[in-house]
Amino acid sequence: MTTITDPPKESFRLSQLIYDTRYRSLTFQAIAAMVLALSIWYLGNNLIQNLRAAGLNISFDFLRDTANYDISQRLIEYDSQSSHSRAAIVGVLNTLLVAFLACITATIFGVIAGVLRLSNNWLVRKLMAFYVEIFRNIPVLIWIIIIFTIMTAVLPGPRAFRGDEPEASMVLDAFAFTNRGIYTPGPVWGPGSMVVVATFIASIFGIVAYRKYATNLLYATGRLLPTFWPSVGLFFLPTILMYFIMGKPIGLDIPELTGFNFSGGIKIGGPLIALWFALSIYTGAFIAENVRAGIQAVSKGQTEAAGALGLRPGRVMNLVVLPQALRVIIPPLISNYLNITKNSSLAIAVGYADITATLGGITLNQTGRAIECVLLLMLFYLTISLLISAFMNVYNSSIKLKER
Amino acid sequence: MSDTHAQTVAFVRETTIPESPPPAAETGAIKWLRQNLFATPANSLLTVAALYVIWVVLSGSLPWIFGGLWTTTSLAECREILQGRTGACFSVLSERWNQLLYGFKYPADQYWRPNLAFLLLFFAAAPVLFFDLPRKMLIFTGLYPFLAYWLIWGGSLLVPIVALLGFLGGALVYQRFIKTSFAAGFFGGIAAAFVIWTVAGAIIPENASDNAMLSSVPSRDLGGFMLNMMLGVTCVSLSLPIGIALALGRQSDMPLIKWVCVVFIEFIRGVPLITLLFVASVMLSYFFPPESTVDLFLRVVIMITMFSSAYIAEVIRGGLAALPKGQYEGADSLGLDYPQAMQLIILPQALKISIPGIVNVAVGLFKDTTLVSVISMFDLVGMIRGPILASTEWNGVYWELLGFAALLFFVVCYGISQYSQWLERRLATDHR
Repeated sequence: MTTITDPPKESFRLSQLIYDTRYRSLTFQAIAAMVLALSIWYLGNNLIQNLRAAGLNISFDFLRDTANYDISQRLIEYDSQSSHSRAAIVGVLNTLLVAFLACITATIFGVIAGVLRLSNNWLVRKLMAFYVEIFRNIPVLIWIIIIFTIMTAVLPGPRAFRGDEPEASMVLDAFAFTNRGIYTPGPVWGPGSMVVVATFIASIFGIVAYRKYATNLLYATGRLLPTFWPSVGLFFLPTILMYFIMGKPIGLDIPELTGFNFSGGIKIGGPLIALWFALSIYTGAFIAENVRAGIQAVSKGQTEAAGALGLRPGRVMNLVVLPQALRVIIPPLISNYLNITKNSSLAIAVGYADITATLGGITLNQTGRAIECVLLLMLFYLTISLLISAFMNVYNSSIKLKER
Repeated sequence: MSDTHAQTVAFVRETTIPESPPPAAETGAIKWLRQNLFATPANSLLTVAALYVIWVVLSGSLPWIFGGLWTTTSLAECREILQGRTGACFSVLSERWNQLLYGFKYPADQYWRPNLAFLLLFFAAAPVLFFDLPRKMLIFTGLYPFLAYWLIWGGSLLVPIVALLGFLGGALVYQRFIKTSFAAGFFGGIAAAFVIWTVAGAIIPENASDNAMLSSVPSRDLGGFMLNMMLGVTCVSLSLPIGIALALGRQSDMPLIKWVCVVFIEFIRGVPLITLLFVASVMLSYFFPPESTVDLFLRVVIMITMFSSAYIAEVIRGGLAALPKGQYEGADSLGLDYPQAMQLIILPQALKISIPGIVNVAVGLFKDTTLVSVISMFDLVGMIRGPILASTEWNGVYWELLGFAALLFFVVCYGISQYSQWLERRLATDHR
């Protein structure tokens, strides 16, 4: 009879740290930790010595100092007596503004171009391929400069709108395209206008509730309610009715030429337009490729199967093709949005006062606080991109194919 | 009963009718037009709209391009000759050609050096890009960085030679010790290279570059499209190995190494390149030893390399993740250790999958080199916006200059992406 004994317990030998795969990773990590700590110590030491030699210290007190510079494009109250931190907040809002606008228009351009690239029409297909290749292969900085040049060097000055036979005239008598920016009519909120706005918001909720009801009814009883026209009606009718009931409280402030410049309405500055439009068409070309890839990723069998089930083309698109295509399109779309936000930092090239131009540009040059400014700048962009990628992870896990 | 047949049927054709040509609308160009341009009313509308767009663009640009002048000396003279006629003033390109390509400080009698370096770049890149070429050409590729450095910066020939010797010594030590273990070879090689550099660096005399064969050109004199090319080529080639290392580190089982790589990659990918260039221009010099002076070009190369290596690492990680698990297990079951498995099994396949992504990063990076104009380096865009548009002769020549810059970048980037598509087809080993 044989007895099975445990193999003799080996005592730990030092050589195991190198030759035994169980312990080797510990050795490597210890070495890596040491190298890391040494380089951090080395860089930090250099930093301290350099700062001491230059008579500098790291402090964020400068944020409370008076900024002493003006920002023409701003969303909140700001003047040259405000603090640097206020200027930075103006910059943050401007960055978010241009990123938001560019995301919307880039999506529109991209979807149109992407769908048209799959068109049956040879000429349109080639034209869109041309658009995509041209815009993807030329740096966005050059596009921004080109559009900014159109804005400043090609468009007429406000002076050209003067006189009996002006060289330039306003489009539809409401929009003025000048080299100082584009002037558009702006709303004037009279008393009672809030009621109209509230009605509008309520009707949006009404549309959502109606569509939900229609879907539930369809699933419960199989009865199909019309949704399109009721939605359109709900969207417009209550608001327009309320508008007249309240006695037209919302007016239009149309820009007018007074003296040497336009006044009234809303002014959209040239730098904002240049940045917005350039980012949109540049990123639109990338989104077009994503859209095309997404639609092509849905196999033809899916469309044919949906047709075989008796679905009409509109429903095939809505219920079968789009949900599957969106699964492919949306993740790269969101990373394109992230790219727009990061590329909006090129605002500094055309003088748009985003966070890079205020905090990383003028504030940095005025105060000389390079390290603090650049750190804050990075922190801001890092926060934005981490937020967006966190959102993307949530989205990705929610659309993941539920497999058993 | 043949007569009944003859009575009921008046005529029986006994030969086949010769094939008649298809109707005119169903053949040749007309059919193509009908199918591709005018299939439905909506389609016809689109065609008309597209034709209108093409006409607007061409009627605006063609007279301007073909009416262009190439030989005037200033915009005023150009306008005088044109007298209100549409026409481009391309003479800014011919007059400022050297500035656009080399910047405004590079010594004019030395232009042949960057030209030669550019020409040799094709010979150096050819064996890397096209596998059919003889492998011996790779020797020249290895020598090229040192040669190009010497050609462009000039100065003492000893500097590139010592750098080359360091790499050679490292490679020799690596070859010698790789048989015992990968770690010994790898770290031994690095140590050997550093020893050679330190020793030789001490030996090179201070005034070695005074009477050098090629006069020394400082980095701040570099500019123009040459600067874009140099930044693009240097940073892409440096970031490939770093990117591979980062991707492997991110896949590693060792938590410390994994997290260092994750933090680095996510940090770099989370911030725009501009902020990294700000770091290069105003912040990075604080992290070097107090007495050292690292010039802006090198600092920018460091930051752009970090930037692109993070992106390349993510692309390669995608390639690593796309490999089926069986490949890793297969390598293990053959008894290969980690470096061998990576070199022989995993990386060749993963890199092949990642080629399109790597090329995308390379194209994006090359386009992003224009951003250095923001930190007042005079690359192509910086030259156009700075010295050329600010000069009295050419103040106001926007389209010719910007169009030229756009064209240069388009040619290079489109060329690279066409190459990548060719390579993908070439490397496709699956059977279809």
